[in-house]
Amino acid sequence: MLLSVNWLKDYVKIDVPAHEFGDRMIMTGSNIETITEIGTGISGVVIGKIEKIVKHPNADHLVVCSVNVGKSEPIQVVTSAENVYEGAFVPAALDGSHVPALHGAPHKEEGYEIHSGSMRGVDSDGMLCGPQELGLDDKVAPYISKDGIWLLPGDWSDQLGQDVTEALGLRDAVIDFEITPNRPDCLSMLGMAREAAATFGEKMQLPDTSLKPSGEASTDYISVEVRSDLCKRYTARVIRDVKIEQSPWWIQKRLIAAGMRPINNIVDLTNFVMLEYGQPMHAFDIDTLKDHRIIVDTAKDGDTFTTLDGNERTLDHDMLMINDAEGPVGLAGIMDGMDSEITENTNTVVLESASFLGSSVRLTAKRLGMRTEASSRYEKGIDPNNCEAAADRFCHLVQELGCGTVLDGAVDIYQKPETAPTVTARVSRINKVLGTQISREQMKGYLEALEMKVEGDGDELIVTPPSVRQDLLEEVDYVEEVARMYGYDNLPMTLPAIASKPFFSKSWTLRNLTRDLLCGMGATEIQTYSFSNQKILDRAGVPEGTMERNLIRITNPMGEDTEFMRTLLAPSMLEVLGTNYAKRNDHVLAYELGITFRENVIASELPKEHYNLCLGAYGGDEDFFSLKGIITELLDRLGVGPLRFEPEKEYTMFHPGRCARIFVKSPNGEDVEIGIMGEVHPEVQENFGIGDRAYVAELFFNLITELSDRVIQYKKPPMFPSTSRDVAMIVDEGLPVGHIEEAIRDLGLPLLDDVKLFDIYRGLPVPPGKKSVAYSITYRSDERTLTDQEADAAHQAVLDMLREKFGAELRDN
Amino acid sequence: MQDIKSIMEEAREQLKKVSTSEEAEELRVKMLGRKGKFTEMLRSMKDMSAEEKKQFGRETNQAKAEFQQMLAERKEAIVKKAKDTRLAAETIDVTEPGRPVHYGVKHPITQTIEEVVGIFEDMGYSVYESPDIDTTFNTFDGLNAPETHPARDVTDTFYLSEKVCLRPHTSSGEVRAEKELSLPYQIVLPGRCYRRDTPDATHSPTFNQIEMMVIGEGITMADLKGSLDYMAKKLFGPETRTKFRPHHFPFTEPSAEMDVSCFKCGGKGCSVCKGSGWIEILGCGMTHPHVHQVAGIDTEKYTGFAVGMGVERIAMLKYGIDDIRLLYENDMRFIEQFK
Repeated sequence: MLLSVNWLKDYVKIDVPAHEFGDRMIMTGSNIETITEIGTGISGVVIGKIEKIVKHPNADHLVVCSVNVGKSEPIQVVTSAENVYEGAFVPAALDGSHVPALHGAPHKEEGYEIHSGSMRGVDSDGMLCGPQELGLDDKVAPYISKDGIWLLPGDWSDQLGQDVTEALGLRDAVIDFEITPNRPDCLSMLGMAREAAATFGEKMQLPDTSLKPSGEASTDYISVEVRSDLCKRYTARVIRDVKIEQSPWWIQKRLIAAGMRPINNIVDLTNFVMLEYGQPMHAFDIDTLKDHRIIVDTAKDGDTFTTLDGNERTLDHDMLMINDAEGPVGLAGIMDGMDSEITENTNTVVLESASFLGSSVRLTAKRLGMRTEASSRYEKGIDPNNCEAAADRFCHLVQELGCGTVLDGAVDIYQKPETAPTVTARVSRINKVLGTQISREQMKGYLEALEMKVEGDGDELIVTPPSVRQDLLEEVDYVEEVARMYGYDNLPMTLPAIASKPFFSKSWTLRNLTRDLLCGMGATEIQTYSFSNQKILDRAGVPEGTMERNLIRITNPMGEDTEFMRTLLAPSMLEVLGTNYAKRNDHVLAYELGITFRENVIASELPKEHYNLCLGAYGGDEDFFSLKGIITELLDRLGVGPLRFEPEKEYTMFHPGRCARIFVKSPNGEDVEIGIMGEVHPEVQENFGIGDRAYVAELFFNLITELSDRVIQYKKPPMFPSTSRDVAMIVDEGLPVGHIEEAIRDLGLPLLDDVKLFDIYRGLPVPPGKKSVAYSITYRSDERTLTDQEADAAHQAVLDMLREKFGAELRDN
Repeated sequence: MQDIKSIMEEAREQLKKVSTSEEAEELRVKMLGRKGKFTEMLRSMKDMSAEEKKQFGRETNQAKAEFQQMLAERKEAIVKKAKDTRLAAETIDVTEPGRPVHYGVKHPITQTIEEVVGIFEDMGYSVYESPDIDTTFNTFDGLNAPETHPARDVTDTFYLSEKVCLRPHTSSGEVRAEKELSLPYQIVLPGRCYRRDTPDATHSPTFNQIEMMVIGEGITMADLKGSLDYMAKKLFGPETRTKFRPHHFPFTEPSAEMDVSCFKCGGKGCSVCKGSGWIEILGCGMTHPHVHQVAGIDTEKYTGFAVGMGVERIAMLKYGIDDIRLLYENDMRFIEQFK
């Protein structure tokens, strides 16, 4: 809401500078987006009158104007504007003057200086200004001046040569207030004046709505019938002998400051009163209304109606229409029809000042996909009690401007008058919530300053607000009213005295620990969007028919790429690896710990959300085993293990020979798959533009959290030395070494302390299809130093098993 | 036969020439060995009278001791010199780079969440989390949002169905917390949120918020102010001042927005605070009784407050990041600066 401070001064006394005014309004609840000083940067521009216009001798599109600027001799100015005429009053920039902008020229912070010069061989002693040159935005330039010279409304004969800034009163501050949805009453000058008056302890001055009688009654000209309770009130007044012309400058000035373009006096007055009262108004040409009747009723399904913007709209039975005796002339509170607009030839005007149900206007506007200034005001709520006063104000201004004859009385249909609810608020409750000791008298004062009636005694404040305050419905609303008028700044600062029991989340703790550990291992965290789509799963090689392919769909997505919720983190990780590769980051080790989404088998329940952990890497010394090392250490630290890695050949995201599924034995002995890892398939790598071997793992963090057991049971460091024996053997290439170690451990030898793989060798003299594998096996007893015989006996059991189980050919050490 | 004097003379001479441990050993054998000169000297005593023996023995032993002392010193000097030579040869160029150790970096969003959550955990809050996908009841109706609230619009919030949406704010967790937790409680609720905003420098369809919520007996707006003022000082430095401005949210009343004094210029006005000296940080307020009533909480007995803040906004302000998209692009050269 754009508020001209000068305009506001018509209703309430303000004698502080704009920024100070703004600061205090902010603290009582009217938040501010911007404060703009207007009418600045102009000097040497004066009021002029075009005395004579002659054709430019050398150019068809130029004219030479003789302009009276209050001196003995007129000045001569060349212009290309087409809207000038002899007798027009215009702003004239004299030689050496300064303007904030030049039409068609780039914006310059310091503005432009105007000098005399010659245009196509004719001297020009300055420039005639258009609205833009005096700092007006294109969209508020008065209609008749918008593409030419600013044609000042009215007679400025006695001010020729005066500075325009002074004469027009251009200097003003315009404050853009952020009006919250609970305060539609503040979308008006009077609403803001009420707030300002309360903030500064001033009294508010209401506009003049008095009318002189004309002897003819509105009811003789128009009849109104309301057939739907979607219309709360309909007030109509009739104005005869309307003279359509430019509004006087003081009206135009107000509209321009409020961001509206002056059009003509009748349109301008509807806008002026709308801005003043917040009440949308509409003027019909009475002769376009069949039988001079207005019937407010809902449409029938399938009816059509062509709105002012030329579009034909299909209606339904929820939509409230303004009709004449024949059919619709307007969409109530939204937009009117093509035919009922006033024109230059209009003689008699019907003024509509109505209140329609906000939710109905909102629904209609939404269904038809149209939103207008009026509809957005109706949506937020229009106080029906304002309709008549606003209509009267319009008519008062018509009389003041002398642009029509106002007929007596109004046609006013107001079936169920509305009043603001009276609410009892307790002084004690207000202080309890705020943590204050504000007295009843103080509170009463704050509320009365906001034009509320306060009754009752003791702890009770029985409050009736002005009817425009539709937001005040219960006690808590008055807690806020008192708080903002008391000033949030004045509230004390304390810390809660509360005895809440803290609780701890295992998932949160483990996620933090995981991040710490992974960072320690050199991995950097990424965060990607939670969205997904089938195409990225294709590119990532996620096999068809897997659970990961079953994506949850967003019904109103922003685009195809973000139409679904992710089931995996790996595709985004691949994208990030690709991005980094393209940016020539030669080594990446990254992880993401984020939520993934799966359909719930119970359709009535919300989807399943699980944390996954994804690791990704390329470059440096990264390979399958560096990634495996990180996973192994991480899970060990998280208290999850032992792990088992099983080769996986089918999952097409990965290299078929370099992929493993990862299993953990759960406490009940079950094998739980907790994730998958591997080298990215060359095709997938290519799909994401990663020009290097890449490695990715995706782990199910919710399972990891469940399985995590971080209770530490320490063992004393061994008292007796260990004995170790090495064994080297030749086995089939296809035998995973993990199985060998598992088999050794599964023997359950009481003296076995540790098994370590220390060498794998392929090539001569080992025959093709075979590999040589070497382990160092440690034996230890907690009770004594082992003898060689004891160690040998244990070791022999291992050797026998290896020969038997794997057909291992043992090599001599 | 040499006399003791000339032996000492000779020993001194030869000792001067000794420059290695081996030569020193050679000289020791030559002088002190079984056939060494001192040994022979002493052996020659056996035919002397007792008086002579006494005299001769003393002199010889004295000389021998003197030589031994000299030899030991010489040996020590040789060892020291050898050590010095070796150390000198082992000199390294200390300006050569160290072997790289790479520590990973947490995403700046995570760092900001950890910092804020940490401040509230220190104040006795517990972390409570709620799902990203939630019901429209928890998201809007339960939070007192009117039917017409613009956030409900399909142009603002993502929907999975009429009754299920991607939460546009962490406040969706408030109703869950009320129903699940026993009173009184103080919780901090970080999480991802979603809004239908086309990505630009200040908007992202995915972003994070941190919600704070307290319910207890005698909780006041003064408590809200005090708690957030403490947080602001911890987060932005002890000099930070806070300003609470009236605002409107459906789920709190009274509602406020909190500004902090600009941590860049200290409040004098600069480009970060757009000249105002203040930076808007969060929205907050006393929880609306309707929101408590949803969970059947006795609003006469209990009061409470709620706070919601945007994580990206805090991170961007703190680190001077001018484009939110940088946070989701995941360029290592960006993230790894936040160490």
